[in-house]
Amino acid sequence: MANPSIERRGAEEKLHLANNSYHLRFRSDAKLGWAYVPDDAQMTGGDAITVSLSRFQEALTRNDITHLGVRILPGEDVRLLQPYLARISLVELAFPTFRDGRNYSSARILREQLSYTGEIRAIGQVLADQLFFMVRCGIDALDLDPSVTHAAADAALSRFKYVYQAAGDARRPVWDARLSS
Amino acid sequence: MTKPEPLPRILNANDLATGDVVYWSGSKWTRHIAEAEMIADNDAADALGKTEMAARRVVDVYPFEVNFENGVPVPARYRERVRSLGPSVRLDLGKQAGE
Amino acid sequence: MYKYDDFDHAIVNARVDEFRDQVARRVAGELSEDAFKPLRLMNGLYLQLHAYMLRVAIPYGTLSADQLRMLAHIARSYDKNYAHFTTRQNIQYNWIKLAEAPDLLADLARVEMQAIQTSGNCIRNITTDQFAGATAEEVADPRPYAELLRQYSTFHPEFSFLPRKFKIALTAAPHDRAAIKLHDIGLELYKNATGDIGWRVFVGGGMGRTPIIGKVLREFLPQAYFLGYIEAIMRVYNRYGRRDNIYKARIKILVHELGLEEFHRQVDAEWADIQKTFAEPPAVELERISAFFVNPTFETIATPVAIYDDARKTNPAFDHWVERNVCAHKQQGYSIVTISLKAVGEIPGDASADQMDTIAALADQYSFSDVRVTHEQNLVLPHVRQIDLFALWEKLKDIGLASDNVGLASDIIACPGMDYCSLANARSIPIAQDIAKRLAPIERSTGELKIKISGCINACGHHHAGHIGILGVDKKGEENYQLSLGGSAAEDTTLSTILGPGFDADGVVNAVEKIVACFNTIKRDNERFLDTYRRVGTAPFKEAVYG
Repeated sequence: MANPSIERRGAEEKLHLANNSYHLRFRSDAKLGWAYVPDDAQMTGGDAITVSLSRFQEALTRNDITHLGVRILPGEDVRLLQPYLARISLVELAFPTFRDGRNYSSARILREQLSYTGEIRAIGQVLADQLFFMVRCGIDALDLDPSVTHAAADAALSRFKYVYQAAGDARRPVWDARLSS
Repeated sequence: MTKPEPLPRILNANDLATGDVVYWSGSKWTRHIAEAEMIADNDAADALGKTEMAARRVVDVYPFEVNFENGVPVPARYRERVRSLGPSVRLDLGKQAGE
Repeated sequence: MYKYDDFDHAIVNARVDEFRDQVARRVAGELSEDAFKPLRLMNGLYLQLHAYMLRVAIPYGTLSADQLRMLAHIARSYDKNYAHFTTRQNIQYNWIKLAEAPDLLADLARVEMQAIQTSGNCIRNITTDQFAGATAEEVADPRPYAELLRQYSTFHPEFSFLPRKFKIALTAAPHDRAAIKLHDIGLELYKNATGDIGWRVFVGGGMGRTPIIGKVLREFLPQAYFLGYIEAIMRVYNRYGRRDNIYKARIKILVHELGLEEFHRQVDAEWADIQKTFAEPPAVELERISAFFVNPTFETIATPVAIYDDARKTNPAFDHWVERNVCAHKQQGYSIVTISLKAVGEIPGDASADQMDTIAALADQYSFSDVRVTHEQNLVLPHVRQIDLFALWEKLKDIGLASDNVGLASDIIACPGMDYCSLANARSIPIAQDIAKRLAPIERSTGELKIKISGCINACGHHHAGHIGILGVDKKGEENYQLSLGGSAAEDTTLSTILGPGFDADGVVNAVEKIVACFNTIKRDNERFLDTYRRVGTAPFKEAVYG
């Protein structure tokens, strides 16, 4: 029987942040030190800059941003990013409360419909018991809530060996695994 | 028309581990409404509820109105009366059955 | 019925371990109640008036005798020797201790049952026709599709934090016993003019605060696109369903606010996109599942069955029971038996552990160990030889379960109401008990009458779909009951209309009695209550009650 463990895109990186929150990343292809430019701040250039969707066009016009990221709030349409995906290195999906599940759809649309291969990072209330769903939807970086220990995150992500449905990660659904079992 | 005198209130909650309905006696949670203590200070009761929930003893703490009959608090609303007794359709179950 | 394989067992067992860990973290203080509550809810654990309540799923209403015995065991070991069958093919235990819930779930898992997604803003238990696989009416057995949906929806990563709960029901018979038009998605399997089998897809039905009858979203969905199309609906709902107001968060409000045409357009656009990547389970998977639902080994029986016919002629009580509780089976010489959980004066839908054990034994003896659960809170033995019906009836009498009232006035749907439920505003069960007692003497001559009682606006007691619906409300601290008439949850789905001002508990029972008396004076021939109501409207009943 195949072992459908979580696909790791590149080496997993774990970074212990100063504010006692953890950052899990299942890839190693791009920057970790992203700076978010709030909507009311002066736009700046830099190596790795994240902006809101409303300032995305403005950021696109600048040639002093090496790596560009965009933050998507619940309710914003990731399909708007389609023409610019080659220019985007990071999509941050915000979960202001874990109960708001809209950005699970955003992640799957990015991965499955738009074939986006860059980093997708969950930010906000990123709790242990939602991590598995997030990763399954194609999110490959997790800004963990400070309450989540590394051990709890690992446990949550490794608990289910099998899944019933195909989604935004590379795991085979059990109906597929059954064909070869 | 004068506003009627507000009814006295007591605190109830569910025990975290068992789910059982419990009342604040003034010093601890009790299963018996007869041992419940009247709330003297609303702010203190709110604070107590928060502390007790944070201490993982109870959940869903809230105050409710009672009438004292022969010194025993009787809930003013039907909902809390059912909580203090048990299902009205199963008199063999719950506090009313001595459980 | 479906049997778990190693994959299913591994998934459900992992879930039990996960919940055990979550309970441990909650008790240790690592999880606040705020964070824990949605987790326990997604494992079916509620906090009700007296204790924790556990809601266990009975997927598409199908139980084996062994599973029913486990439900009885759980009633004895973890609860107070009884449980309650609900209107969504679930069973509820009312006196559960948090610390014991993980052990309970582990016991359930041993018989391939679970409480996954029986609450929370996710896809709930998939329900269907309790006569599936036994009735000649259906074009195919809907349960393999229900099982496909069960697996698809279990821990769906995208749809576990929807705007609100989501209920899906299926049927494959033209006579709708699953109330599909009162579900978020209703699916009707039928054969079209060219002889192909596919789904008529209804969307946006539901009861609750804003009752709406589901609308046809797609007239014919070929089976090959089954899950992909569901996914398209779910994604549109997840993205655009309202999250600002809990009372407007169900898909019916989204469909209403967008309009069916625009909703349809959005689903089709999403579906076109989804089809590029979505992999439907292959035909072999459907065949694998379908193999679990093949007919049991029926005997070839010559009819009429003389012993059975004679017993009906010579024993009027048995004949009455057959008339109400026994339905035609697709196999000659067999019948479908509904066991009423509505003995007059008892609690609708409740069964004791002993009753459950006895029914399990009867299922082993008479019905290929197969038991079904109905949304009308009764049980079914789907495959009983007619030659066995008399013996079965006598054994049901011994345990108080031979009530001959299916579809009659005392076969009342009632939610737990304020005797158990923390959301309730009024009691439901005592009203049901009083009406049943009052109407039992005349229910046979009154004919089919579906009375449905809810203890709050959430409508778990389906009052909007009652021929007579009763809604309990709180009126200045007192229980008050609103009457409505003319609802139906069958293929002719209608929503009931409020008759007039409400009543206290005694008053509503009197009013129902007057309505039934009025009906019995104006009905034509063998007209059902619902048909008379549709013919004459509310006026005569208003006059009878308020005049």
